[in-house]
Amino acid sequence: MGNPSSRMQSLLDGIPYARFLGVRVAGSKGHRELVLPFRPELIGNPILPAIHGGVLGAFLELTAILCLLDAGVRERLPKPINFSIDYLRTARPRDTHARAEIFKLGQRIANVHVVAWQTDPAKPVASGNGKFLW
Amino acid sequence: MPEEKFRYALEPLFGAGVEAMVKHTPHADYLGIRVVEIGPRYAVMMLPYREEFVGDPARGVVFGGVITTLIDHASGLAVACSLPELVAIATIDLRVDYLRAAVPGKDLFVRSECYRHTKNVAFVRASAWEEEPNDPFAFCLATFMLGANRAGSPFPGGGKQHG
Repeated sequence: MGNPSSRMQSLLDGIPYARFLGVRVAGSKGHRELVLPFRPELIGNPILPAIHGGVLGAFLELTAILCLLDAGVRERLPKPINFSIDYLRTARPRDTHARAEIFKLGQRIANVHVVAWQTDPAKPVASGNGKFLW
Repeated sequence: MPEEKFRYALEPLFGAGVEAMVKHTPHADYLGIRVVEIGPRYAVMMLPYREEFVGDPARGVVFGGVITTLIDHASGLAVACSLPELVAIATIDLRVDYLRAAVPGKDLFVRSECYRHTKNVAFVRASAWEEEPNDPFAFCLATFMLGANRAGSPFPGGGKQHG
């Protein structure tokens, strides 16, 4: 099987958009995290400055999908039905972390919760909830 | 001669191809987002297709989150286009329904409309399509806080917190 973390990284690298953002896998199974490394190109508001809310949402959705793949029940990519994002704090120009949890895994639909933070997991910058056909 | 009065702060910019609205936002510029048109309470934006945006290589479909970025950006601009005076704008929440997969290889369009705003909150709906505006592949509802902070904005003269 090899290292499960590198397996997740190669699944992630199979998604062109994840490669484009430079997202990487951290942590171990059960405590898996994704990291969105900061780059100046991610800025949405240069005056604050703050990371673009859209890319933060995309990162949350990516984390939810990886979480479903990590669960390893099915091989193919889950298809999003909808995704909802709450913006909680300004995301500053630094690395962002995210962790997902499968809230309910039904026969056809998976309900996944995701939280993103920067320096302190107790102070999330955004949270998300996605429903996927899987 | 009395000074000309505008109902909307951005009214002098209403029309097609307002590039300044994107150039102030590094991430929108980086993705290649373009303003197609802005007007009273609405904004239309376009994202040219790039292979780097694909989320499902087997199907060639653009990653859903890329559409979220386009929608968030167009929606913030639609809010700015609904205000008599520009204030800081911050996204409170945003929900996207993926009605179907976007056709691979096509440029993506979003039209956002700020259908209501109060003193503190703006309500936006948006749809995304690649071929026919009346055959959207995604639909979105979002809310924004007005006067979120004193910082300025990527939009000329205003403010938007999350970008």
